[in-house]
Amino acid sequence: MPLRGFGRNLRRANSGVAISAGSVAKPTPWNDPTARAYVQLEHVSKSFGDFKAVDDISLKIYQGEIFCLLGASGCGKTTLLRMLGGFEKPSAGRILIDGEDMTGVPPYLRPVNMMFQSYALFPHMNVEQNVAFGLKQDGVGKAEIKDRVATMLDLVKLGEFAKRKPHQLSGGQRQRVALARSLVKRPKLLLLDEPLGALDKKLREHTQFELISLQDKLGVTFVVVTHDQEEAMTLASRIGVMDHGEIVQAGTPSEIYEFPSSKFVADFVGSVNIFEGKLIEDAPEYVRIASHELDAVIYVSHGISAAPDAIIWVAVRPEKILMSTEAPGGTENVVRGTVQDIAYLGDLSIYLVKLPTGKIVRVTQPNTSRHAETITWEQKVYLSWNSSSPVVVTR
Amino acid sequence: MGFLKKIVVSGRGLVVALPYLWLLLFFVAPFLIVLKISFSDVDLAIPPYKPLLEWTAKNAVAVKLNFNNYAFLFTDELYLKAFINSIKVALVSTVLCLLIGYPMAYGIARSRPVTRNILLLLVILPFWTSLLLRVYAWIGLLKANGVINNILMSVGLIHEPLVMLYTQFAMYVGIVYSYLPFFILPLYANLEKMDWQLLEAAQDLGCKPYQAFYKITLPLSRNGILAGSMLVFIPAVGEFVIPALLGGPNALMIGRILWDEFFSNRAWPVASAVAILMLIMLVPFMMWYQSVQARESAGSR
Repeated sequence: MPLRGFGRNLRRANSGVAISAGSVAKPTPWNDPTARAYVQLEHVSKSFGDFKAVDDISLKIYQGEIFCLLGASGCGKTTLLRMLGGFEKPSAGRILIDGEDMTGVPPYLRPVNMMFQSYALFPHMNVEQNVAFGLKQDGVGKAEIKDRVATMLDLVKLGEFAKRKPHQLSGGQRQRVALARSLVKRPKLLLLDEPLGALDKKLREHTQFELISLQDKLGVTFVVVTHDQEEAMTLASRIGVMDHGEIVQAGTPSEIYEFPSSKFVADFVGSVNIFEGKLIEDAPEYVRIASHELDAVIYVSHGISAAPDAIIWVAVRPEKILMSTEAPGGTENVVRGTVQDIAYLGDLSIYLVKLPTGKIVRVTQPNTSRHAETITWEQKVYLSWNSSSPVVVTR
Repeated sequence: MGFLKKIVVSGRGLVVALPYLWLLLFFVAPFLIVLKISFSDVDLAIPPYKPLLEWTAKNAVAVKLNFNNYAFLFTDELYLKAFINSIKVALVSTVLCLLIGYPMAYGIARSRPVTRNILLLLVILPFWTSLLLRVYAWIGLLKANGVINNILMSVGLIHEPLVMLYTQFAMYVGIVYSYLPFFILPLYANLEKMDWQLLEAAQDLGCKPYQAFYKITLPLSRNGILAGSMLVFIPAVGEFVIPALLGGPNALMIGRILWDEFFSNRAWPVASAVAILMLIMLVPFMMWYQSVQARESAGSR
């Protein structure tokens, strides 16, 4: 397979934050205007009666990607996935897969396979028969079926369970059968609907990495639907955040997290403190923002584009806020408050700090030492952040 | 504690005992009575058979088992023909119920909840009227100057009435009509539990819709089909009323024979032998069905 290992390349491309552009030797396909899209959505919409489940989405997905559609339930992500699989027909727009128009093609003629959220394993067939089903349907020769099924079962480590029926398997094993069944036909595109949703947390984490290494081995392009942002961050080469039938932002996990394009994205992916304010000083290299929710001026060390009088929002991630009992130098990006609540999570602690204005600020601190519990309830603290940390959004 | 436990156990025992008692009273006891009669001699008395047990002179009890009744059934080929014909009629009726009932049950199971309730009600609705009345209604529909013939003649499709009543056709119409709900309901209960996403999965793996039906829906609804078939086939073998009212004079079925032997000939022992033989004939079907059910429920656990 010529694209062996391409998946990892795509995923690794975003481990370094995107600002390092310029020194990158090979651009990632989504930054390369000449790259050919493998899956292309052109103004795709889907309505159910009056309800617009998917609203004018245009999107390019490249070969070897793991593209995650992330959103709350009812945002249209599953409808979009089902349109890629052929189970729903778009009300408007076109879907191209590998250059071919697939808009009206029924599921059984698409070079696409889907892993269903419920796994949808055939209860009257054993593991082997389930996996072989698609190949048999395509009229593949008996010997080849046997071979490919065995290889696939080994790949998902289910070789010894070949003769079991689905109800004799654990949740994790069923998930792997479903995965094997959808991969054995070597689809051009694999659609996964909440692939890990039914697994418990520990198993889910483990399976995430298995899924990545499997995708890497086979080089199949994945489109994953999930409501779990952690899952999306772990799996994805790129994430498309969806809301009300639209993709509000698409980008690598770090782009989505560090450079959210809107209040919604900042809030949906991870947790964030959002301060409403107005520009008081607007220079090309920096801005100063006054917020009535803070008793301090926010200084941001990069320029932004916003109308002078417009209301803007400043988003600061909890882990990027420093908390100290002594006043740090300077007056900008420093606020005072009182610790109102502490949640000890083991690896880190969450502090809820109440400002004099009444605003509650969320701060996380790693628990690097075993005994130091210096900051406690009702303590007066200073909060500060680096001038490059805040993200300014205008919507 | 021990006292409490005893109460609990006896309560559970009671729950189990009730159905057993019911079966004992209304199935086992009548069956034994019929079995007894089938081994006795005809007598001109009330009841019209001789007792099995007789006091002999030496104050001992003699049991006289008379197998002549059974032997008699094999000498007259009337009975054999009736048996075969009954099985044939029951089989054809079951197949017709399958062909008509499956699409109906499938349609109901796949309809929206509101529609589904209405459709189910429509299936059950005929039970609100007596079977006899409904069969008589068919006479009104099928007879020479009945509703169907009148309509066909008035639109000019036919010029003289079709002979439908008192034929095989009318009998099948009656049986299929009467037993169809017994086929639809268990099949519906089975199909309703089905995960329709399996069909999407099958299509995703390359099945056209009809192939998905054949490979997924049909095998998964096998139990429903079996249950429905048994509920139609078994009573249809012994059906008496419908063939008697709608079928022709040559509709020779076991039910008819039983009736004639009991009431016309007053040959209770022979009639009982017929009934027992019919039961024996049906036992393999029921056992097969039971074993399939047991295997299936063991498999799903």
